[in-house]
Amino acid sequence: MAIFFEFVFNGAVLGIMYALVAVGFTLFFGVLDVIKFSHGDVLTLGAFSGLIAFLALQLVGLDLPFLGLIFVLLVACLVTGAIGAGIGQLFVIPMRNSSAFNILLMTLMIGTGIRESIRLFYPNGANPKAFPSLLPKTPIELGGVFLRLDSLILLALGFAVVFLTHWLIRHTKLGLAIRAVAQDGDTAQAMGIPFRRTVLATFALGSLLAGIAGVMHGIYYSEINFSVGLLLGIIGFSAAVVGGLGSIWGAIIGGFTFAALQTLWVVVFPDASGYRDVFAFAAIIIAMTIFPTGIIAERYSERV
Amino acid sequence: MLFKAAAVGVALAVSAVTAHAQSKETVKIGFVGPLSGGNSAAGVGGRNSAELAVRLRNADPKSKYKYELVALDDECKPNVGIQVATRAATDKNIIAGVTHYCSAVAIATVDVYHRFGMPAVVWGAILPAITYGNDYKEIHRVNGSMLDETAVATTFLTGTGYKKWVVVHDTTDYGNGLLKFFQEKIAKTDGQIVGTFGVSADQQDFSAELLKIKEAKPQIVVFAGLTPLGVRVRSQMERLGVNIQFAGVSGIMSTSYLEALGPNAEATIAFHNGAPPETMPGGKKFIEDYQKAGFKEPAEPYGPYAYVAADLIMAAIEKVGPDRKKVRDVLNATKNYQSIAGAITFDDHRNNSVASTKYVAQDGHWVRWEDSEYVSGKRKLKGL
Repeated sequence: MAIFFEFVFNGAVLGIMYALVAVGFTLFFGVLDVIKFSHGDVLTLGAFSGLIAFLALQLVGLDLPFLGLIFVLLVACLVTGAIGAGIGQLFVIPMRNSSAFNILLMTLMIGTGIRESIRLFYPNGANPKAFPSLLPKTPIELGGVFLRLDSLILLALGFAVVFLTHWLIRHTKLGLAIRAVAQDGDTAQAMGIPFRRTVLATFALGSLLAGIAGVMHGIYYSEINFSVGLLLGIIGFSAAVVGGLGSIWGAIIGGFTFAALQTLWVVVFPDASGYRDVFAFAAIIIAMTIFPTGIIAERYSERV
Repeated sequence: MLFKAAAVGVALAVSAVTAHAQSKETVKIGFVGPLSGGNSAAGVGGRNSAELAVRLRNADPKSKYKYELVALDDECKPNVGIQVATRAATDKNIIAGVTHYCSAVAIATVDVYHRFGMPAVVWGAILPAITYGNDYKEIHRVNGSMLDETAVATTFLTGTGYKKWVVVHDTTDYGNGLLKFFQEKIAKTDGQIVGTFGVSADQQDFSAELLKIKEAKPQIVVFAGLTPLGVRVRSQMERLGVNIQFAGVSGIMSTSYLEALGPNAEATIAFHNGAPPETMPGGKKFIEDYQKAGFKEPAEPYGPYAYVAADLIMAAIEKVGPDRKKVRDVLNATKNYQSIAGAITFDDHRNNSVASTKYVAQDGHWVRWEDSEYVSGKRKLKGL
């Protein structure tokens, strides 16, 4: 029984990271109907800028446990938010009337550009980099269930960020603007909502979620490498699609579903654990044939 | 016109001077290994060691040629490996190659070397099929195979009392091959493998696998893969509270494993075809020369074999000149060649068998098992 909780807990940490990435995809698709494939590599960029922020802190001799984490997160958010808005401003908005296929290809190439730049310009960028732990590693034993404090904090942080995003979309003026643009960009513009600014804010918001996911990933696995965003991007995208592109709750459900599928496969077929991603992606394909517009289908929900 | 003539004159004069200075013909030999990526520590150590062999040979006034090492990066990826192997093999100025650390790459490139007739001496890859899976006269290996490694590992671990194993292996030829030999070898002992977990070579998360292992309660987790993956598995064991003894193969035995894990690396057992250089016949001189050469990076355990491979190639070129076919024939016939790592003898598949050595991580160093505090009883392994 204790081991069951450990499976659920660690699957949940994995799920919240996937969900953070998926929410970004869903936001971009919501406001502009675009698929931004550079999202995974923006995550990598977030993790690396977090690492640089930490190294800079060390250089000036500051070693603060919690403030260090906040600083690292802030830097990662700033960098990824700026990059996300920049990609929106320079590439996506000017191209928004061309076919979706063009934007998909373009952002795919931007992602490759980011990834290769990290590999080439970060010192020894091709090698995995150790990521600082930043959080207390205190082990906790609760009725035979083994957890570590940092895993618990990361999970709480992930949920807090997701709920905060939801609150932002539901209960603020910016959220209202985002939802209006998502429903009908032209009408929203006619009603006086600044279209460009709202879209850029959405891109910044979605991208900084990836930045947070990147730092969480670094802390959880104690290492990052230049290609970490590649698979995470694909998983996040699949999660967003299976949950229902355009719906935040769909993205979250999708993220947790993917993590659950991966974990479930290993639990049931430990001897064939190498096939877990094959299984998870196959299950996603089947889910897509059953729910073509996602688990939370668009007609039942507003976009974003 | 006058200017052109003057330029030609100067060029001629310069070439005459350099020709005089380089009275020896320059011969190129290739080195291929992972110079970037997670396994680059081993690759760079190998390249430095091969470079050392070249420098020492060049410093020898008796050598007939001036040697030049062309180092290429295979990134430990088969597709990249085939590209760089083709580049080396199609360059007729490169007479032979000191090739590959990663088995998955080495097995992918044997056909390339065979097709272009370039003799290759493997310095670090241990998959048996590299030499035993074909009959290519071009492919040689100085560093032994996983047959040597798994034999020593199985006998030692079951003999020490680890009867109940779980094997975590990567799903490349390397990890799958090791698993197969472990299964064959353990069947002849009283030990058993209670679970095997195949993981992809770039997998990030092992929580499901490790919790499953926690449930199975084996005495030991035997890891068959390379350093980056080994580091992830070991550090996530700590995160998930999987408090079980950890052992690995030569793939994890690098300084980057120890650096990345810090105190968590303590007590990891590993097996390696390379003995500590100090215990090799020419090891003391190798260590001295390596230090003198001023390389920044350590030689790593397979460094001496890269040195031996380069040395063997150059000895063959000295004998018959820079001709691929003749060099190949000389290499094929290698019997009892006295190298710094002991006598090298190629069998009918041009593989040199070696005796594997047992190691344990102690205070951030790989220490020979026999010399460690775990033997003297000062420290204890888990699960015994």
